[in-house]
Amino acid sequence: MAYGNKVLDHYENPRNVGSMDKQDPAVGTGMVGAPACGDVMKLQIKVNEQGVIEDAKFKTYGCGSAIASSSLLTEWVRGRTLDEAKEIKNSQIAEELSLPPVKIHCSVLAEDAIKAAISDFEKKNG
Amino acid sequence: MTNPQLPIYLDYLATTPVDDRVLQKMIEHMTLDGHFGNPASRSHSFGWSAEKAVDAARNNVAALINADPREIVWTSGATESDNLGIKGAAHFYQKKGKHIVTLKTEHKAVLDTCRQLQREGFEVDYLEPMENGLLDMKEFKKTLREDTVLVSIMHVNNEIGVIQDIGAIGEITREKGIIFHVDAAQSAGKIPIDLQALKVDLMSFSAHKIYGPKGIGALYVRRKPRVRLEAQMHGGGHERGMRSGTLATHQIVGMGEAFRIANEEMQQDHERILALRDRLWDGMKGIEEVYINGDIDNRVAGNLNISFNFIEGESLIMALKDIALSSGSACTSASLEPSYVLRALGRNDELAHSSLRFSIGRFTTEADIDYTIELVKKSVTRLRDLSPLWEMHKEGVDLDSVEWAVH
Repeated sequence: MAYGNKVLDHYENPRNVGSMDKQDPAVGTGMVGAPACGDVMKLQIKVNEQGVIEDAKFKTYGCGSAIASSSLLTEWVRGRTLDEAKEIKNSQIAEELSLPPVKIHCSVLAEDAIKAAISDFEKKNG
Repeated sequence: MTNPQLPIYLDYLATTPVDDRVLQKMIEHMTLDGHFGNPASRSHSFGWSAEKAVDAARNNVAALINADPREIVWTSGATESDNLGIKGAAHFYQKKGKHIVTLKTEHKAVLDTCRQLQREGFEVDYLEPMENGLLDMKEFKKTLREDTVLVSIMHVNNEIGVIQDIGAIGEITREKGIIFHVDAAQSAGKIPIDLQALKVDLMSFSAHKIYGPKGIGALYVRRKPRVRLEAQMHGGGHERGMRSGTLATHQIVGMGEAFRIANEEMQQDHERILALRDRLWDGMKGIEEVYINGDIDNRVAGNLNISFNFIEGESLIMALKDIALSSGSACTSASLEPSYVLRALGRNDELAHSSLRFSIGRFTTEADIDYTIELVKKSVTRLRDLSPLWEMHKEGVDLDSVEWAVH
């Protein structure tokens, strides 16, 4: 399958790969997908006292588009408030990366991942 | 270490380049100054010389498999051979019974043909292979019935390269008077086939898997005891009425030459390719959590199918972009389903998603293999650093105990 340049760039130079301490109250963790389906994304956000995401890290098991979607997402959420991050839509990710129709589910997974990370953070600090 | 020429082709089970000697023969049978005639033309020398070339090719194909040249029917490839053999025999013998037995790991050309026969009222049993990919003979015997007319089991599997014991299967089917069809697209020219000894009734072949051109194949149809087929393609009555259509002289000549070369060079090709495959596996087996799919001993030399646990196959293929190979990952198929062959072996979905098929052939070099090993090692490390599953595995989390949200 031929990939767009942006997917290749994120795949070859993924941004913000890594993990943060799950127990840290300032950290929200979202893990979505399933190995049986061929993709699992783990997205973590670190939120400061002003409610702004000051750091984001990811790890992804999946195809190139899944890796690129989560890498792009970490770039986008940094510096946003939680409310702003909630506004991110899978269609924006798919458009930015020019994902073909069979890869749209990768962007859906990325949207699920940020929602799950925010919800984890809010639960911890609720 | 000499540098290999990039990209490296390691997908010889998908197709092979045409051998230069084959191409030379083909060119001689196309243009005005060559033997371009219609082999069916009986009234002039153009037809006669084309017919002579077709006969020579038929002899070469028959010689590789120790058959009578009159048992060879030209087709457009192994897919057509499978269709003609299976539908042709099922239709001809349907008054005897309507039960067919095959294996879940067969090529789609066999599986989909059987599905079509089911729609026409046949009953088909699709047997599960054992974990190593081989047919379970006990299960097989139990599945045969009074009204079983046809068994279709492939010789060498296209994904995992395992070799079925078609000698033993043939003993059982012959004793019971059941027609036995074998798809030999992946075995001809790679392992010896002796149809005087094997009790196989129908066998499918392809030219492009062994350095011949695409678009040409053959079906072996046994004469003693005689096997009959209902034709699927009607017309001028070519190939003793079993497959009409003007013979593609240049394609046939190409297949004949490819089979002739295979007959002469099989042993040396085998030894060289096996040494390269061992070199590849020796270079990769030290990587943690790698698994060979399919039996390692009963396996064609050129195939190595490996799962790299906790890495998704398509992302690994992207990393190996200078190497042409295929994956059992869902993402490389149109259906988004992981390999049905690996699933039939009982491999879990993760391992099926994580599989790569390396296939080695006549023109693979040691430099190709060494380059591949280094790139695989580097890429596996990089992608595992990216993999949350690898991280969990390293933390001692049992992934099977996690409740995943299957989407």
